[in-house]
Amino acid sequence: MPENKDYLNYIDRTAPKSPLLKNALLAFLIGGLICVIGQLIGDFYQKICGLETDSMRTAVSVTMVFLGALLTGLDLYPKIAKHAGAGTIVPITGFANAITSPAMEFKREGLVLGMSAKMFVVAGPVLVYGISSSVVVGIIYFLYKVLIGG
Amino acid sequence: MATRLGNQTIALDKSVSIINTATVVGTKESEGPLSPFFDVKMKDAEWGEETWEKTESKMQKEAAKLAIQKSGKTADDIDCAFAGDLLNQCISSGFSARELGIPYYGLYGACSTMIESLSLGALAIDGGGMDTALAVASSHFCTAERQYRNPLEYGGQRPPTAQWTVTGAAAAVLENGGAGPYVTHVTSGKVVDFGVIDQNNMGGAMAPAAIDTLCAHFSDTGRSPESYDLILTGDLGRIGREIVINMMNSSGYNMNDNYGDSGCMIYDIEKQDVHAGGSGCGCIAVTACGYIFRQLKDGKLNNVLILGTGALLSPTSSLQGESVPGIAHAITLSNKPGGEG
Repeated sequence: MPENKDYLNYIDRTAPKSPLLKNALLAFLIGGLICVIGQLIGDFYQKICGLETDSMRTAVSVTMVFLGALLTGLDLYPKIAKHAGAGTIVPITGFANAITSPAMEFKREGLVLGMSAKMFVVAGPVLVYGISSSVVVGIIYFLYKVLIGG
Repeated sequence: MATRLGNQTIALDKSVSIINTATVVGTKESEGPLSPFFDVKMKDAEWGEETWEKTESKMQKEAAKLAIQKSGKTADDIDCAFAGDLLNQCISSGFSARELGIPYYGLYGACSTMIESLSLGALAIDGGGMDTALAVASSHFCTAERQYRNPLEYGGQRPPTAQWTVTGAAAAVLENGGAGPYVTHVTSGKVVDFGVIDQNNMGGAMAPAAIDTLCAHFSDTGRSPESYDLILTGDLGRIGREIVINMMNSSGYNMNDNYGDSGCMIYDIEKQDVHAGGSGCGCIAVTACGYIFRQLKDGKLNNVLILGTGALLSPTSSLQGESVPGIAHAITLSNKPGGEG
């Protein structure tokens, strides 16, 4: 099907655009707020509960994932995300939302072929490319150590 | 015998009436400006069902039963049902027809389906093989979102060009004879694709198909926009509506005065946060069978041209980088048999 260039230019010109500056500012503020909350939880684990830095980092991730999933289940996460955009997608809570939301929705198609199969429908690519790239980086690091020494 | 006009239009010979209609809508639609014209208003998205797909099927079934009852008939009086929806394999329609016990044709015209079903029902009656037909279509926000987009609880942003799928089902009983309003003309649409890839701009993708069918209708019938009290398109929304007005103006048709789009009418666009307006099979279905039918019955409108507009994409075609093909079918509803103009 040949494109109609004039028409495509016309709708590009006339279609309303997303308010980029406002979206970026809100993403910065709400995304930053989520990170501040993470930092506060980290400080709590380290200073009050006495966790080592490594354990504290793991505990913060687990807590933030839990909070993201909980807010998704309570139908609050999408309401915040509507304004925050990338501010709620980028932090680890966004990853929790991307897994929890299809899990909730596809429960109706059964626990095996529905919920668990579709759970990664949004987050799957993040896992695939995240894990793949960490393997590649690991191999490069290994070769660097072996060949150059260190 | 029906008369063929031009390339795409059929002028019906018999007086095919819409005897009565029924509509079922969701909560957001009940809060919109057309609320007084709807029959059944669901209290929530589920309506007592376990899944949204079952809900949508129930909406079709209840709309069909109510339309038949309001027409003073029983299911046995209906010769055939023409029904469709947006879901894969048209399950809302098929599962609804399973319970109705009426001979059934399943249709897919994307969001133009209601006008497709009215067209085919009217043509089947005009052809003499049937006396009574049922036209049905539905869409449900939740079933459409999960099929075409993301899970409902997924946190994302919708662009300003996005439209909101109407939760609504409508049914109309068509009959040979009756008191009107009459389906007088049917203009079958061609699939038109100008290469729009953005599936978040359905209005922009479908507008060229609507313009193509409008021009064909006016050229075939010798009519003009002024021949009608109202010209109504299905779900072009704010953006598509503007495109139609501008491009029809460039083609020499003045659409400034009597042209509306149901996507712009069914919601209060600003207050209800629906971005560019409503969409889905239910949009034109409940607007035509609720609001327009009442206006015709009350004599506030007498001659109306209605276009159902559809985007014939699928999630697969979008992922494969295909553009969005559009289609628009038109029917003329008139209080006078044979129409005016």
